Amino acid sequence: MSKTESTPAPEAPEDEAAAGARMSTAPVEEKAQSVPGSFGGVREPGALGWLAWTGREVTGWLRWFWRQLTSMRVALILLLLLSLATIPGSLIPQTSVDSMKADSWKEAHKTLTPVYEKLQLFHVYSSVWFSAVYILLFVSLIGCIVPRTWQFVGQLRARPPKAPHRFDRLPAHTGWKTDADPEQVLAAARKELKRKWFRTAVDGNAVSAEKGFLREAGNLLFHVSLIVMLVAFASAQLWKYEGGKLVVEGDGFSNTLTQYDDFRSGSFFSPDDLPPFGFTLNGFSGTYERTGPQRGTPRDYRAHVTYWNGSDGEKRDTTIKVNEPLEIGGSKVYLQGHGYAPKVTVRDGKGNIAYQGAVASLPLDNNVTETTVLKVPDYLDKDGKKDQLGFTGYFVPTFDPRIGPFSQFPALDNPALVLTAYHGSLGIDSGVPQSVYKLDISKMKQFKEGDRAFYRALKPGETMTLPNGAGTLKFEGIRSWATFQISHKPGDGPALAGAIAAIVGVAASLFVQRRRVWVRAVRGADGRTVVELGGLGRSESAKVPEELADIAAALQPAAPPVADEPAEEPADKPERPAEPSESSEGARA
Amino acid sequence: MNLAAAANENLANTSNVLIYSAMAVYTLAFLAHITEWVFGSRSAVGRTAAAITTEAQRTAAAVSVKVDKAGGGTAVLERPKVVTRSAPGSRDDVPDGPGAAGTSAKGDLYGRIAISLTVLSFALHAGGVLTRALSVERAPWGNMYEFSITFGMCAVGVYLGLLAAKKNVRWLGLPVVTTILLDLGLAVSVLYTESDQLVPALHSYWLWIHVSCAILSGAALYVGAVSTFFYRLRDGYELRLAAGKTGPGVLEKKLRGLPSDAPLSMRLGVRFHMAYDNALTRMPASATLDKFGYRINATVFPLWTFTIIAGAIWAEAAWGRYWGWDPKEVWSFITWVAYASYLHARATAGWKGRKAAYLALAAFGCYIFNYYGVNFLFGGKHSYSGV
Ligand code: HEM
Repeated sequence: MSKTESTPAPEAPEDEAAAGARMSTAPVEEKAQSVPGSFGGVREPGALGWLAWTGREVTGWLRWFWRQLTSMRVALILLLLLSLATIPGSLIPQTSVDSMKADSWKEAHKTLTPVYEKLQLFHVYSSVWFSAVYILLFVSLIGCIVPRTWQFVGQLRARPPKAPHRFDRLPAHTGWKTDADPEQVLAAARKELKRKWFRTAVDGNAVSAEKGFLREAGNLLFHVSLIVMLVAFASAQLWKYEGGKLVVEGDGFSNTLTQYDDFRSGSFFSPDDLPPFGFTLNGFSGTYERTGPQRGTPRDYRAHVTYWNGSDGEKRDTTIKVNEPLEIGGSKVYLQGHGYAPKVTVRDGKGNIAYQGAVASLPLDNNVTETTVLKVPDYLDKDGKKDQLGFTGYFVPTFDPRIGPFSQFPALDNPALVLTAYHGSLGIDSGVPQSVYKLDISKMKQFKEGDRAFYRALKPGETMTLPNGAGTLKFEGIRSWATFQISHKPGDGPALAGAIAAIVGVAASLFVQRRRVWVRAVRGADGRTVVELGGLGRSESAKVPEELADIAAALQPAAPPVADEPAEEPADKPERPAEPSESSEGARA
Repeated sequence: MNLAAAANENLANTSNVLIYSAMAVYTLAFLAHITEWVFGSRSAVGRTAAAITTEAQRTAAAVSVKVDKAGGGTAVLERPKVVTRSAPGSRDDVPDGPGAAGTSAKGDLYGRIAISLTVLSFALHAGGVLTRALSVERAPWGNMYEFSITFGMCAVGVYLGLLAAKKNVRWLGLPVVTTILLDLGLAVSVLYTESDQLVPALHSYWLWIHVSCAILSGAALYVGAVSTFFYRLRDGYELRLAAGKTGPGVLEKKLRGLPSDAPLSMRLGVRFHMAYDNALTRMPASATLDKFGYRINATVFPLWTFTIIAGAIWAEAAWGRYWGWDPKEVWSFITWVAYASYLHARATAGWKGRKAAYLALAAFGCYIFNYYGVNFLFGGKHSYSGV
């Protein structure tokens, strides 16, 4: 086994500095301090002189500012700022993430809300200050990448640098004497280095070799793919559309603006671009945990649909699950939530059908207790007078009469519909838009039974009769409903490509080592050939000496060492405190 | 109604027994490590001090050179002797401490016992995780309890793996065993959840990919953070050594020099300082710890990047958006940017060394916060904690 030892470093002379140069394209730190007047230089007298001076000063400062912005230090500070700026959005409820939560937070914090609103703290990730940080970071990134890429192209074209005069000042070196010809040794060395995928060049009595360009290439690829990802996200924001739709079992959806319950789109999207497709919800099935502490937790949801693509496309059946959206017409249809819709028939005072249909009800809790609201605007009372009816109450999929209208389980084990009724004006005609899930009872009167409010708990098939012959409501059965999100985001492909490139790039950047090796063979005064090897890595690493030893061992058959005269060990004399030769490097592996 | 794989009670109980047994054996390993450190303290050596204070005696940690036998024939080739030189001005050639046991054979024996016990408890621990997975017939990371026990298993696994690869990580034994005990204690007491099935959004093969990468990254980053933390301590020690504020005899002299009426707290303070420096003397050199921490963090960074991207792809499938600034997503992003800052800091003049180390620790703090803090404080779509 070969042994190694270390010697204190002497100063780095010029050729050694050159040997270690151009191993990376990282921007170098600027040392000189800039002060007012430092760019303008001497000011000639007169207005022209002043103008010229100011011009030099302004361009000087602009250049200085650009160099600062694209320096490693500022990039680092911007990265730190970015991570800090991201934090508030996780502490304060965001409108874009959960608008209900944001609203209730605003209710609860009356004094803070206006301040927070000014600071755009309810939509941090689209706020001016957050955007400023990442835009600056990306400007810095582009300003950094472009020159680095040119530099790198230059490095790829350049020959590996010439061998320094003294190899003993390199981080790793070795040597021995042989009787082989210097030319032979160099040729063998070049062959061996080429076999090891080094780029080589011969000049004079030495071979220079370099390897590990993938590191820089990977690093550039990584940073470029960050830009690709950002552009992809931005374009997705501009051209996207997404909307939600609640569909009751048996009903359908077709992709036009009027069909959506809510709809959002990017600034460059026009509703005419909505691709024509649609589907009907044939059924919905949900399974829930039956036992154990997580009883009632949903386990599996499936929506069974028939869909078509294009205005007269073929109809196909499929199921949409939570993790498995339906892809159709460049859009995706996601299953988001579900609930129940009791199907009822309301007859008026004359016995005519005033309403018939499924009433989608809103879940309140994990066991799917739902609030049910039914408005019957076209209704005649028993005297044939025009009036309006309103029902409110709960739909309870698993009803326990001892406990009241709170569902005990999310499945339809013992469904019941608990309703009370009002008559009077629904307030629909006032022109103010109303929620279908809320009954405005300000102009309505509740039906009474004696002096108690009238209400009934119905099982499917049962009918309740309103007091005084005001009509009936029959609970016909239950339909499921499901909510779907339909969305189209154009940047997905490029974003994914960028993400993959980023991973490949950063892996190359972190795992590949850039290093140089020189082999010199010179015939000495005694007629023997002195073979010397030196190695230099971008950073100090155990791998550089290891690799050097491998190369040396591989060279020995071509340059057998002369046993009686061991290689001369260069004396090390630390003359004066040395300058770090690779000062811009972290101590990396 | 599909009673998807009714949790197998028996296996779940076995799992609990195994986890508790693992904790018992980890405790024994912990005690053995403590004993190792205690015996080692009696034989602490002044090697580090010598290396730092006497410039001339510098010797590098031996670089082992692997040379393939060329040809393999009869000719015996003289092996080349590779001379290495470290960057001037750095403390790269400070030798590593001798380890917890110092030169004490007894200490070393206890250290070996501790490692054997750790291997045994790791086997029990892994058995516990495996039976838990079998009992629920899915990946063992559906809630915080499972995540914690699997995380702990991976952390010990990373440590034992490095040990098996003959890396200089014996010093990691005590910190790792201590924190794993804390982790498991928290898991069985606060986070415990009966074994059960998952909510629909978690039914996806991305669960395997995304969460296993998250756990593995976290476990490795944890080892990196421990190394960085001790780098910071050891760096301080080496600086004090260089300044002559500590070293063989220095603190003893200080103790003897205290006036006889010096308060007890002062005496205890100096004694504590002696014990603390004594422990640090036995640790690897700051440069070694620094490089080790960097190597781990740098190796994990691409994996963590992949974890986030895999999470985004899954979110796209489950919720219809790959990125929605959910608290969990926010903190993964912050963690990622923090580690990117750390890598940048190491390449930026004026930020290497300590400042970069603080960044690495802060970045790991973000990882931990993303796990405990976000689950308990914020909820959000990722609230699968089951607590
Ligand atoms: C958008 C935010 C950025 C992220 C997430 C990021 C991330 C990273 C990462 C993870 C590395 C580590 C690779 C390595 O150590 O080899 C790295 C290296 C590097 N970054 Fe960035 N970076 C960003 C912006 C920038 C900017 C604005 C600059 C220009 C000043 C820059 C210049 C560099 C350079 C020169 C390296 C190589 C350092 C070396 O060779 O050691 N980066 N970056």
